[in-house]
Amino acid sequence: MPDTLRGAAAIVGIGELKPERSRPGRDVPSLIAEAAYLAIQDAGLSKRDIDGMVMDGGMEGVSGFNPMMAEHMGIFPTFATGCDAQGAAGITMALQAASYVNAGLATFVLCGMGAAIQGNPSRRQSRGPARTETWGEEFRLPYGPGSGANDNYAMIARRHEELYGTTVEKRAKIAVDLRYNANHNPMAIFHDTPIIKEDVINSRIVADPLHLLECVMPCCGAASFIVTRADIARSMRHKPAYILGGALGIARSNLQYVGEITIAPIDRAARKAFAMAGYGPSDMQVLEIYDSFTITVICELEDSGFCGKGEGGDWVQEHDLTFKGDKPLNTHGGQLSYGQASTAGGCAQVTEAVRQIRRDGGEHQVPGPTDLVYVTGSGGSFSQQGSLILGSEAAL
Amino acid sequence: MEAEYKKPLPTPSANSQPFWDATKEHRLMFQRCSRCGTRVFYPRDICPGPNCFGVGTLEWVESTGKGRVYSYTITNNPHPAFVDDVPYVLGIVEMDEGWRMMTNIVNIDPKEVRVGMRVGVVFDDVTPEFTLPKFQPV
Repeated sequence: MPDTLRGAAAIVGIGELKPERSRPGRDVPSLIAEAAYLAIQDAGLSKRDIDGMVMDGGMEGVSGFNPMMAEHMGIFPTFATGCDAQGAAGITMALQAASYVNAGLATFVLCGMGAAIQGNPSRRQSRGPARTETWGEEFRLPYGPGSGANDNYAMIARRHEELYGTTVEKRAKIAVDLRYNANHNPMAIFHDTPIIKEDVINSRIVADPLHLLECVMPCCGAASFIVTRADIARSMRHKPAYILGGALGIARSNLQYVGEITIAPIDRAARKAFAMAGYGPSDMQVLEIYDSFTITVICELEDSGFCGKGEGGDWVQEHDLTFKGDKPLNTHGGQLSYGQASTAGGCAQVTEAVRQIRRDGGEHQVPGPTDLVYVTGSGGSFSQQGSLILGSEAAL
Repeated sequence: MEAEYKKPLPTPSANSQPFWDATKEHRLMFQRCSRCGTRVFYPRDICPGPNCFGVGTLEWVESTGKGRVYSYTITNNPHPAFVDDVPYVLGIVEMDEGWRMMTNIVNIDPKEVRVGMRVGVVFDDVTPEFTLPKFQPV
């Protein structure tokens, strides 16, 4: 058994559903199962090969979600755990699975997550009961926050703007470059809609200072992938995407109480992940950066070490973030333009990294080398974030 | 006072009840660890201080009620109970004692609010049972 996970496991199968605004009649187990079936077939495996499972039912709050999925799909593993990493679920599952296969607990671990939201979720949520008996909410809901995490990220953006001058004029570049990538990805929900900077700046304010085109749109969908040991991965049908380094950083639950809110908890995760991989930020050829909001990307870039603190707004101006650019970022369009199906939105950044390493990106394949990809995930309100470094055989 | 207050009200726990009892008397309270001195908010019964394992060591202390706007947003898409208040300011205030809370910044044009602005507590008696601490410029 290796003393580090570096190069010890690989992602060998991926499957995901196109994000949609609604999928009438489809529930979460059904969507995750469909994505899982795609991943198993992509890996060239059969159902009976799967002996490990990490499933996340997201907001469904179901107890015993792994057995539910096992029964639903007819796949009965001998080891399974859940995952509670919110938007960092894709990265966390990859690291869980890498650990399990190297500890001998399983050989092929199936990871999956998804969401089946019907109608307009933000509207539904804002009209639901405000339950102040829920942990911590008695000190938040009486003051009238909006739905979801919008207000929290607005406060991160506001503070970043006032400390470092990161205005919407700077943040908008991210939304525009990512939309260009989405316009070259038929799986992206905004595939057919190009935008320019003025569209972002003139879109309505959702939570001041964040504009509509700086915020993800909740979608339905699912994502899945399969992890196995590196020595097994080498003989499988696709070029393996090796896990070279990874870590999770947990900083808080609620945004407001502890820590500087403009510092993303990725700072600790990135240091550890890069140290494990033996590479640094400047070695990364493709960046798949969790983008719930434009400001999320800026803070993650700064705190992962791609630029200094407060310099993220300028960094994104200085670089071409399109898949053809010098710093290809969110090559599938990012969640901002690809769509965010709950935790599967973050997982799409993992599966896109695998696709780029395989050189299977099609129209949005990065033309330059794609042997080293940096992936991030973010859960809650800068609560928990993960860093993952994936690489080809050449990067080992 | 409104005839019927329709916005969410706190659901106090055993830990937070003293905080809400104090706000009714127009006093703003936070907790401090008698063992390590860590200042704590939200209310709890174990100390989160660095390398402190205090259980039941947190004591209630009255705040000066003075602090600075740590960050804020102007809310446009609130819970339906707040639609008549739009636009209003949801913010985080950092108290001079070093603890923070989420609140509303009131009695100011939302466009005039700035990070770092000095504010002081003002008590809003929203119902006979509950008083919400809010903050205004000083």
